[in-house]
Amino acid sequence: MKCEELLAMLNEYVDGTVDPAVCAEFEQHMAGCNPCQVVVDNIRKTITLYQAGRPYEIPVQFRERLHDALRKKWREKHPGK
Amino acid sequence: MTNLQTSEISDAEMVRRAQAGDLAAFETLTARHEQRVYSLAMRMLRQEQDAEDVTQQTFLSALENLDGFRGEASFSTWLLRIATHAALKIIRKRKGLDSVSLEAATEERDSFDAVPHPEYIADWRQSPEELVHQNEIHRLLDEALAKLDEKHRLIFLLRDVEGFSIQETAGALGLSEANVKVRLLRARLQLREHLTAALGDPATRLIRSHDHAP
Repeated sequence: MKCEELLAMLNEYVDGTVDPAVCAEFEQHMAGCNPCQVVVDNIRKTITLYQAGRPYEIPVQFRERLHDALRKKWREKHPGK
Repeated sequence: MTNLQTSEISDAEMVRRAQAGDLAAFETLTARHEQRVYSLAMRMLRQEQDAEDVTQQTFLSALENLDGFRGEASFSTWLLRIATHAALKIIRKRKGLDSVSLEAATEERDSFDAVPHPEYIADWRQSPEELVHQNEIHRLLDEALAKLDEKHRLIFLLRDVEGFSIQETAGALGLSEANVKVRLLRARLQLREHLTAALGDPATRLIRSHDHAP
């Protein structure tokens, strides 16, 4: 396996969906290729960091408007309740 | 059991109650998911007013179509799909692409052959667990995301941040799975490049010299 081939299989490897035979080749290549090892490690950390990232705070005034709009729509949909 | 705390009641049960006409249940569902929907919209559109519009449209549409929710996907996936559709409409309007899909406009240029090679290769100085507690990191993450094209950003957000499968991501964006895969790879590589340039340890930097023998 060459670095380019490894690159093309990167998603499947990182997501754990790669075919076992290809996975063995992938790992064999990485064992002898430090740059590829580091790239795979960087990609994993990149994903982890984004998953742990902070959500945007919803503005308080908007939240109130949203809930008002939902209650209004709800009453239209369920008249008499 | 009727004396459960609200927080212990599942989304599925809350949906059932809301479908039966319980407004409080629908408001609880909204309160549980509004932050996530708003965050996704902000990251997709990078503009507060548009993110608010998308969030409001999402929950109004959910309210309107609640009876059609059958629980094939989780309630949050269902909501995020609605939000993605609303965000795509805004993106298309911004680009004047009313009738052209994101895919038709860009697909021919996407293939695995043209995936750029990693340039800055180095170990990070700190672990993600350490980094996530630092304030500056959130600005860096947003900056890196902002540098991606829309098509790459949307795919990364749905797949890696929101945890959609490849199939769900393709469905939400109206793209083929093959197209999602190649764009996801490009998105991940571009983000890696940007973050490693900022977070990499220069002392461990590796230069990729040449292709290795098979």
